[in-house]
Amino acid sequence: MELKTVQTPHVPVRYYEGGQGQPLVFLHGAGGLDLDMGFLNALAEKFHVFAPLVPGYGDSEECPGLRDMLDFTLHTWDVVGALGLRDPILAGFSMGGMIASEMAAVAPHDVSRLALIAPAGLWLDDHPIADIFALLPYQLPHYLFHDEEAGAKVLTAGANMSDPQFLQAFLVRNARQLGAAGKIMFPIPDRGLATRLYRIKAKTILIWGESDKLIPPAYAQAFQRGIAGAELVMIPQAGHVVPFEKPAEVIRAIARLA
Amino acid sequence: MKFTWFNLMPWPYLPADFREKHHSVWVDIDSKLFDPVKSHELYNTYIDLLEYAGKLGFDGIGVNEHHQNGYGLMPSPNLIAAGLARRTDNVAIVVLGASIALYNPPLRVAEEFAMLDCISGGRLVAGFPVGTSMDTNFCYGQIPALTREKYQEAHTLIRRAWAEREPFAFNGRYTKLRYVNLWPRPIQQPHPPIHIPGGGSIETFDFCLDNTYSYSYLSFGGYMRGKTLMQGYWDRVAERNTPDDSPYRAGFAQTICVAETDQEAERLYSKHLSYFYNRCLHVFPGFADAPGYRTIKTIQKGVLSQYAPPAGGLFPQLPWKEMVDGGYVIAGSLETVRQRMEELIKGLRVGNVFCLLQVGDMPRDKCMYSTKLFAEKVMPKLRHFFPEHAGDNRFWCKPLAKRVSAGALPADSDLRSLVSADS
Repeated sequence: MELKTVQTPHVPVRYYEGGQGQPLVFLHGAGGLDLDMGFLNALAEKFHVFAPLVPGYGDSEECPGLRDMLDFTLHTWDVVGALGLRDPILAGFSMGGMIASEMAAVAPHDVSRLALIAPAGLWLDDHPIADIFALLPYQLPHYLFHDEEAGAKVLTAGANMSDPQFLQAFLVRNARQLGAAGKIMFPIPDRGLATRLYRIKAKTILIWGESDKLIPPAYAQAFQRGIAGAELVMIPQAGHVVPFEKPAEVIRAIARLA
Repeated sequence: MKFTWFNLMPWPYLPADFREKHHSVWVDIDSKLFDPVKSHELYNTYIDLLEYAGKLGFDGIGVNEHHQNGYGLMPSPNLIAAGLARRTDNVAIVVLGASIALYNPPLRVAEEFAMLDCISGGRLVAGFPVGTSMDTNFCYGQIPALTREKYQEAHTLIRRAWAEREPFAFNGRYTKLRYVNLWPRPIQQPHPPIHIPGGGSIETFDFCLDNTYSYSYLSFGGYMRGKTLMQGYWDRVAERNTPDDSPYRAGFAQTICVAETDQEAERLYSKHLSYFYNRCLHVFPGFADAPGYRTIKTIQKGVLSQYAPPAGGLFPQLPWKEMVDGGYVIAGSLETVRQRMEELIKGLRVGNVFCLLQVGDMPRDKCMYSTKLFAEKVMPKLRHFFPEHAGDNRFWCKPLAKRVSAGALPADSDLRSLVSADS
């Protein structure tokens, strides 16, 4: 995968590109792309992958002008346009799935294939989603991984919270990334998508880790009820970060759209 | 010098094992710990203590705003301030403050502050905090990365509402009002003095200097730890070629306990300080700073929330000696307290001191004892600092010369003659 920049009306946007075949746009979750690089490399063996960063993620420029859900939705359409793509396969994970759903709902005729991987965007009172904005690093593995121990090792590799410089870099990154995510996810990741889901016309695959403790599988059923004809692929022994834990299975499910 | 007696209004019935058994004193505090019946006496005692301080010669009595917080019982400081405006005559009512980004529309704050100023005869000192992340983001749901923009817009609206004499339309991003027409309006013109509580962000330093507001550091870390931050403020004052470096441009909150001797202070107050520092400040670190609440510039300057624990763990249990020697609190004999206060005032260069003399689960009588000693035996010896700035009245209220007192209705027996005289 190659890291590139494309200009949009708001800000220059950083994106990864790689592979050949049908174009596929992948929108990352609130954690950014760090855990997804292995998955994206594997995905690029089957598709021409474009993975843009939300402004503020990684080394990309922040965009104070993006404030609400409509801003994020239209901005991401601007990115697709700037990349010269028409009706790519649109895939999104978690927060990225929320953005992809909104994009497909506001422009139903421009998206014919949609892959939603444990998407955010709905709220069920009986299944409250953990407040990711108040979680401490040591609490994350429980919510993100099926194999919490292995997950904890991945997350803490190279991390040293007692080193002030590391801590400061960590806080800056959090402020930039989760600060941006908060605009559409804080304090509750629901900006009214439920009332717009009916507009989605795309052939839709929902992909969920069976042991997702962040956005539990009850949400899979809610999305399935909201999007006509959506097909659900449940992946065993996978938590919320299913593209990280089960990349081959996720890619196989996405490939059903090709 | 301006001394304000400040009451945070802590809940004094947190259990001894609070730190071990409870998640946080703030945001998701166990609401079963609150007993409304007990609060009846507590609220009234706390308000009595504020009024008591008003009679002892403090320049101001102060209240603030916190939500879902075990050491703060004032989600609405203006309710308490309204009571104080009626029951006191000369002391300034310091509301430090009302979180202007939380109200919809924020015009509500302009109205309530105007009411307080009118009722008190111009005794209001107003405060506009951005609010902590706990209050603003986690309790009141404001989006962290947009909080400052919303605050700025609310500030613009309130200042315009106070200043303009014709109805105007306000087309903000967060507030849209077709007819802004403030009624009632504050007595103090062009507006009541404004203090801004801050936690060290550069943007807030500049905001105060741009608007001639007083910058207040309301920390519980004490004056030794506050030194770096306040120095940052004064450096900024110098860097910007501010026309003056009046100490009234700054304020500092300090926990203070006074007794006849150092030993008596330890005996009387140790356990109440321990209650405050070891139970009331038990805040879950995940609530300390929602990502996006602080600007990148501020984080890069190394300014972190005072609620963020040192190295990912809990605050250490602070014993008396460490609390006193480390300057978290100024406690001891009259002379000890006087010396330390002098160090604070000169060291931080602050003309406004917010005296936290009610601490943790301190009972009424001890609080009165400490307050009275401070007011009568310490405060008079601290009044002479910064004589060259004694005339600086930009940051304090300007009450009406002629004010009425509450309860000035005539006696029932006079009514007949009074009404006949008016016919």
